[in-house]
Amino acid sequence: MALKIRAALRFFFGDSARAFGSLSVILLILLAIVPAKDHFREWLHYQNGYQTLIRDQPDSVALTRRFQSGVQQIWLPEIGVTDRCTTCHVALTEQSLAGAQQPWRPHPSIPHSLNEFGCVMCHRGQGVATTVEEAHNSTKAWEQPILPARCVESSCGQCHERALAGTPGLNEGRDLLAGYGCVNCHKLASPEGRNRTATDRPPSLKRIAEKTSRAWIFAWIKNPPAYSATATMPDFQLSDDDARDISAFLIAQSTPPLPSAPSSLNVDSSQGADLYRASYCASCHAMQNAAGRIVGGSFGPELTRVGSKVNPAWLTQWLHNPAAYLPDTAMPHFRFADKDIAQLASFLTSRTDPDFAVNVHLDPAMPAQIAHGRKLVNERGCAACHEIDGIARPDNFAPDLTTVGSLPLAKVVFAPDLAHTLPDYLAAKIRQPRSFGTAMKMPRNTFSDSQVDALVTALLAQTARAQTLPAALRIPVAPASGYQPAGKAGKLMNDLHCLTCHSINAMGGSMAPDLSWEGTAVQRTWLIAFLKNPNTLRPALIRRMPRFNLTDDDAATLADYIMTTYQTPAFDRDEPVTPSDAPRGRELYYGKYACNSCHILDPDRDKGYIGPTLTQAGLRLNAAWIFHWLKNAQALRPGTLELNWNMNDDDARAITTFLMQQKAARK
Amino acid sequence: MNRRIPITILAMLSASCRHAPSPQPATALGAAILKVSEDTIVGGVGVMPDQPLTVQVNDADGNGIAGARVEFTDSAPGLTGADGQFSTRIRLGTNAGRYTITATTHDKTGKSLQTTFTAIALDYRQTLGRELSEKHCARCHDPQSTAERVSNRDNLATQPHAFSDGAALNQISSANLIAIIAHGGTALGKSPEMPPYSPTLSTSEINALAACIRAIANPPWR
Repeated sequence: MALKIRAALRFFFGDSARAFGSLSVILLILLAIVPAKDHFREWLHYQNGYQTLIRDQPDSVALTRRFQSGVQQIWLPEIGVTDRCTTCHVALTEQSLAGAQQPWRPHPSIPHSLNEFGCVMCHRGQGVATTVEEAHNSTKAWEQPILPARCVESSCGQCHERALAGTPGLNEGRDLLAGYGCVNCHKLASPEGRNRTATDRPPSLKRIAEKTSRAWIFAWIKNPPAYSATATMPDFQLSDDDARDISAFLIAQSTPPLPSAPSSLNVDSSQGADLYRASYCASCHAMQNAAGRIVGGSFGPELTRVGSKVNPAWLTQWLHNPAAYLPDTAMPHFRFADKDIAQLASFLTSRTDPDFAVNVHLDPAMPAQIAHGRKLVNERGCAACHEIDGIARPDNFAPDLTTVGSLPLAKVVFAPDLAHTLPDYLAAKIRQPRSFGTAMKMPRNTFSDSQVDALVTALLAQTARAQTLPAALRIPVAPASGYQPAGKAGKLMNDLHCLTCHSINAMGGSMAPDLSWEGTAVQRTWLIAFLKNPNTLRPALIRRMPRFNLTDDDAATLADYIMTTYQTPAFDRDEPVTPSDAPRGRELYYGKYACNSCHILDPDRDKGYIGPTLTQAGLRLNAAWIFHWLKNAQALRPGTLELNWNMNDDDARAITTFLMQQKAARK
Repeated sequence: MNRRIPITILAMLSASCRHAPSPQPATALGAAILKVSEDTIVGGVGVMPDQPLTVQVNDADGNGIAGARVEFTDSAPGLTGADGQFSTRIRLGTNAGRYTITATTHDKTGKSLQTTFTAIALDYRQTLGRELSEKHCARCHDPQSTAERVSNRDNLATQPHAFSDGAALNQISSANLIAIIAHGGTALGKSPEMPPYSPTLSTSEINALAACIRAIANPPWR
């Protein structure tokens, strides 16, 4: 053996000429390895495949001209992007290749350019990698694998705090975070440091014993959806003993129960049902109808089984004036007559569920049970949402979720059988919080699959990257202006909770029209009549303004304030509109502009019912308002369904003249 | 590269083991499979619409039978209930486009009986178009009323086309479609009841609407 090696060595390196020759051959081989290795690069394979693909395309010459071979890179140091994805995804901007396979598919149309943000900003993954595995999914090297398509809207949320029309999932998720009380326990701050605020209003429990019974509290906290399918109160998965003790404590900390109500047996509850409808209670409250569907708004609690909950004496007081019981309630102060209240209360208390809380039998509470209940209320963080006597609102009760979207996977303890990705972890945690350990405090809400997707999307938007992006890229929510109407009328408006539905000067709700410039729009006489009896101005409206039973004085106070204060600076209410040819206006109304598609002016012939009826336009509106509305309604009331007609002055004048003649008597 | 192949195979094997449906033998065999839910589901890429896909398996007499095994594309199989129906919900594809979802059951001879649904996954622009159409267009173009809006379609002299009505809308070129949205029906000699949406909507919003209309057309556009 040794002889053979010696012979071989002599053959190759026996003299200097042989040694030189052999070394040259070895060097050549070594040199060849580098290009050979390059030749088998994964990305080269895809680039070659792409060139084969475009060879047969009709626009092959143009595609070939735009194709750049070799490793490509998008480098945006100011936002921390170094993406080589375009090395394989070579055709992201070649829309003619729609339908091609990955990685050669063009990118769907989005409002941003590739060179502005790169790829990883939205899709995650490892931008600098040049192999499929490492770029997309490597668990060895990278904490941020590619986002699944269902969560990709989360990336928009890194900059866009304000709701975008094209991201329904992200918007829904953010609404759920705010509407289901998540933000009462978890901190979810924006990069500006503003915490997301809750939009639901869990009631104070300091006077709970006046409103309901201990048995109801017991059944409710044991299983909220059994009382109300639309409950935002989560299920704390309490044992019978725990629910017994918590209900004992809540009753003990409360003011005492009310004495029983005077009998209202002689009242017909069907009249109450009519009053419920006529007062448009369903604009805010839902109720299950005969078909089993839950119909109505979600501002207030669902009332399907309210008779199984409330004490009739409390209900009577509540309907008299809700703020007397709950100063920060959103429920308006309806000025009901005593007879109306008796009817409404009779109707509502008749809405019972014989099966609800039927098996709940609680013995009188023992002091030890009350003490244990207090301990549980502290531990479960009830006071993070509800005001409870003697329990301080806990700060930072649950983990801070400000950057949960970039939580390192190494910090996550995965339940068995759970895919090791952040979206899967978050979804499992929302669905079954206790599956990660029975000691977990987080309660469970019943969410549909699409709601869980939406919540995960909203949480994934909370990234560490979002916190460090340049401020110029951020699109924050316009903060509420904090506007409050003043004086006697302001007090009245607060009592009626006008701003729950209407927005005025960038403050308030979006359910009803913006009233910032209502004083320019309408006539005082009409406004007073409307406030006293909001009629069917918009026939197709499902949720509408209730009748508050205002006195003449109250209506006049409100009307004066609105007429004086809520005026646009853009033009004068009394600005004259040169009278024009009314018949021509009529022609334009029914012809060129087909206003009758949406508005009823003549109830005998017009059918369109999207916009307000115009039968009395001349008694309701001011000419200057109509004229400017026809020119650009969006400028007067942003977001209104009315189009921006951009009408010329002649047409606008003619239609204004025609509409101002509409003074039909109310039917 | 080479070292990765056995790992990939292992991964695929383990993945297929984990997702293998538990053997759920059919207790009955049908003679026909029918669609119960609507033919088409639409949503953004990767989302799982709340609307289920439902089929009914019937016997030879046309009555629903319980216990027939139904398999949907990319979804766990199951057995029909007492009413002969089986429902499942599916996640839309990751790439925008149309997907055919097949529901399969077997008859007594072992022959497979199938019916198909269409799932349409929308990209960003099409999703934007769909959201905009819900606000600005659906009241007149959608014959269905919802809890949030009442349909105005029957109040119009000329009935607007539903956006999924490919038979009619595919006849309109993209340029004309955009022109009708932007400048109203009269721009193309059609009904003035279709108002001009420019400048209420921006050019990109109008393009998004057109993209959505093309994406959900049935029969498909092109």
